[in-house]
Amino acid sequence: MYNFDVEMPTSIADAVAALGKEDAQALGGGQTLIPTLKQRLASPSVLVSLSGISEMQGVCKGDDGKLCVGGATTHATVARDAASSFPGLAGLASHIGDPAVRNRGTIGGSLANNDPSACYPAAALGAGATIVTNDREIAADDFFQGMFTTDLEEGEIITEVRFPIPDASNYQKFLQPASRFALVGVFVAKFSDGVRVAVTGASNDGVFRWSEAEAALSANFSANALDGLTVSGDDMINDLHGTGEYRAHLVGVMTKRAVAAAG
Amino acid sequence: MPKDSGIGASSKRREDIRFLTGAGNYTDDINIRGQAHVYFLRSDVAHGTIAKIDTSAAEGMPGVVRVFTGADFEAIGGMPCGWQVTDRHGQPMQEPKHPVLAHVKVRHVGEPVAAVVAETLEQARDAAEAIDLEINALPAVVDMKSAVTDGAPKVHDDLTSNLCYDWGFVEENREAVNEAFDKAAHVTTLELVNNRLVANPMEPRVAVGDYARGTDEHTLYTTSQNPHVIRLLMGAFVLGIPEHKLRVVAPDVGGGFGTKIFHYQEEAFCTFAAKACNRPVKWTSSRTEAFMSDAHGRDHVTKIELALDADNNFAAIRTETFANMGAYLSTFAPSVPTWLHGTLMAGNYKTPLIYVNVKAVFTNTVPVDAYRGAGRPEATFQLERVIDKAARELGVDPIALRRQNFVTEFPYATPVAVEYDTGDYVATMDKLEEMADLSGFDARRKESEARGKLRGLGVNCYIEACGIAPSNLVGQLGARAGLYESATVRVNATGGLVVMTGSHSHGQGHETAFPQVIAEMIGIDESMIEIVHGDTANTPMGMGTYGSRSLAVGGSAMVRATEKIIAKATKIASHLLEASESDIELKDGAFSVAGTDKSVAWGDVTLAAYVPHNYPLEDLEPGLEETAFYDPSNFTYPSGAYACEVEVDPDTGKVSIEAFTAVDDFGNVVNPMIVTGQVHGGIAQGIGQALLENCAYDENGQLLSASYMDYAMPRADDLPMFAVDHSCQTPCTHNPLGVKGCGEAGAIGSPPSVVNAVVDALQSAGKDVTHIDMPLSPARVWAAMQ
Repeated sequence: MYNFDVEMPTSIADAVAALGKEDAQALGGGQTLIPTLKQRLASPSVLVSLSGISEMQGVCKGDDGKLCVGGATTHATVARDAASSFPGLAGLASHIGDPAVRNRGTIGGSLANNDPSACYPAAALGAGATIVTNDREIAADDFFQGMFTTDLEEGEIITEVRFPIPDASNYQKFLQPASRFALVGVFVAKFSDGVRVAVTGASNDGVFRWSEAEAALSANFSANALDGLTVSGDDMINDLHGTGEYRAHLVGVMTKRAVAAAG
Repeated sequence: MPKDSGIGASSKRREDIRFLTGAGNYTDDINIRGQAHVYFLRSDVAHGTIAKIDTSAAEGMPGVVRVFTGADFEAIGGMPCGWQVTDRHGQPMQEPKHPVLAHVKVRHVGEPVAAVVAETLEQARDAAEAIDLEINALPAVVDMKSAVTDGAPKVHDDLTSNLCYDWGFVEENREAVNEAFDKAAHVTTLELVNNRLVANPMEPRVAVGDYARGTDEHTLYTTSQNPHVIRLLMGAFVLGIPEHKLRVVAPDVGGGFGTKIFHYQEEAFCTFAAKACNRPVKWTSSRTEAFMSDAHGRDHVTKIELALDADNNFAAIRTETFANMGAYLSTFAPSVPTWLHGTLMAGNYKTPLIYVNVKAVFTNTVPVDAYRGAGRPEATFQLERVIDKAARELGVDPIALRRQNFVTEFPYATPVAVEYDTGDYVATMDKLEEMADLSGFDARRKESEARGKLRGLGVNCYIEACGIAPSNLVGQLGARAGLYESATVRVNATGGLVVMTGSHSHGQGHETAFPQVIAEMIGIDESMIEIVHGDTANTPMGMGTYGSRSLAVGGSAMVRATEKIIAKATKIASHLLEASESDIELKDGAFSVAGTDKSVAWGDVTLAAYVPHNYPLEDLEPGLEETAFYDPSNFTYPSGAYACEVEVDPDTGKVSIEAFTAVDDFGNVVNPMIVTGQVHGGIAQGIGQALLENCAYDENGQLLSASYMDYAMPRADDLPMFAVDHSCQTPCTHNPLGVKGCGEAGAIGSPPSVVNAVVDALQSAGKDVTHIDMPLSPARVWAAMQ
């Protein structure tokens, strides 16, 4: 690690101010950033920790019926506090990493990083969540802009994520054998006005919606409705753990399993 | 009734009290007053010439004590290789220089190019970033077969090619083997890869060099499986320090698996730098450094052919293997694909003719050397896979084909130069069939199929050679070391014993098992015996722990020394009891006169040895301390039969191991619980190789699997509960304990059964799959099914 200062603001306003400093970097749960710092692959001058901001913590139900998750809420908290209201989301949160990761890592940190193999982007996109920042509200469809890239501006903080609660939902993850990140993860959400399907882990462009599957499932929410549907492996990640073709195949398998599990 | 003490008792591991309560003393726990830290600047290109290395800016950085480069080591020796292989044509292998720090050229990613010694590790690292290093990249040699083609870039400019040696074994049998293939009724051919692995001990390597200016004495604390070997190699061949001025200490070591046998540059550097800087110098490997500097394992590309006669008897075996040496010869690297591999190609079978050809190849990759099993897993894997393939081609039961060809009479001289003293391969297979309930497999397969899963059964046998090794034999084979072991048994005045052994325990439980042997011999409590190991200052010259040799060789040395102790104690007892020595019996910790009630306790005899008031001083020296060196007359030959049942998810290719049964013949067993644990660990690593672990380079020699994000280690939920048995015991005939060794069996015996099982599962679904290269990742299995 290189030397850096740490700030521990207790309000969003203070955090935003602190992030205005040159080479300042927001620190969520640190599950990606801290290892990066240890390897000297990043050299921020100031780390602005978001974990002490109480208004960014916790899970609650909004007046509009949406599930509101504070941006600094850990995966373990979501797994526990969303279990009855949004079991599809809680199930996803409960299988991220290991207990140490789940008790440090935060939803805001995960979404802001937009790792192509992370789980949360699939839930946010699959449920059609709204990403709330200190400055504005961003629809998930506009938020994810490719691997490790989002619509966030410099210094902008995810303060809350608002999830419409689907009638049925499920996340299925096929594990990359070494990291146990998603080799392919699929989040399926059934709403009264249609079905959304979001895929993580597979694409060179990061999380994406599988529109053909959404159309088929909106007409008939059953695994059989996906028979014959395939995605192309051309733009999918090709690495030690699987070819693009394999990942494309798994997208179909995991989507069927998610539909079956969502019931 | 299971015993609760002595040989055969499952005594609890006494060392676990300190390991499990954080009271161990590992090398990284050693911090010496005034200690400085070293950071190694390592090459990030696989092959290149060092165009410029300017350390002037680094030298002026805060906290820097001194910066070293390859030029500082020009005057001293390079890293030595401990085994010289002679090729098919009678020529010695090509042996390149191996510098402590790269000089002129770099030859693999991770090779140390410079070293910064500073007050703190972070300061050393800061300064390393200020070193102005320019490397002109050259084309890298990664693929072994390409490496030995004409015109391939050379890893070492001063060698004639990238071929280290072209070894034939037994060369005289070459033509006879070829003729047998010409006449064979059936030939089965299999081409396969034995995947490159990284050992990944829980504790990374550490070295602390210390130098006493007043006495000119060097001390190296290091994570080693064999401190005496390090002292000899580093002192004699690298730094020129005589043994009496060099102490090497390997305290608690958190796993070795072979990769901590070898002498590494960082050890030599810290020892050298401690004197050069007149400061203790410490290096602790990061996990990333471990991936690119610990010797890797396996990495063979093999074609094996099995010839059978019309009655399905094995007639001949012929193999051609390319074995990766990496960029330099690690300490024992040349021996692994040759004498630890070719000699095991007979397996458990009476195949009359065998010819093994091994081409060892230099590449721009991390050096490859022994890893748990070392050559024997590679031999077992190809043999047990080709037998399975032959059985399928011939339409016969793979177990029946094995049984038909078993060696059944012992001793058995193989056509590959070794003689098995004992074994009962029928008994282990019988036991396996019973324990693994093979007769119930079809029902289990139907049940799996009802759930949409493909179930497969894989069985294999293995034999290995342990108890390494007769020194005169290995000397003829090219070893530059003897392979005896030593023990000094010191009896204290009040009867307790301290055993100073040349063996080294880094997970094997010697501190528990060795006392069980002495407790049995004398009839005293195990708690009266303490094991001391790991420090050249207080143990006799010994060769250390690897090749499942500790109990068979080190334990035998301890038995011999203890026999000397008992012989002398008996003389003392005969004096005290005023009886003839031949009438004295030792039982339950007391000497008695046969046929009388006269006896003297062990403690009274030991006290007399040190307080010799009533003592035959004219005939016998006082004191009770004896040393023995034991040189084995043969290898030992553990063997076994393993069964694996898998389920394959046809939608994803994911393999899950549903059952794993291991039946081993280790000869006599001193501590069954420890042996079971050793087998569990070995199987976990074998399954890791079969399903998960894959050390991969790209075509430029960049290490793709350089962290746990991409290198898949086996985790608890990848493994089933193992069924393990070692009740089939044919004791070794040539060591005093009748033991064979158990440390590597699991890693040797398990990969073939896993792959055999997956092939069986896929074929049950009508897939025309005869082989998949390890690791059988979901992606590979799925691709094979398409």
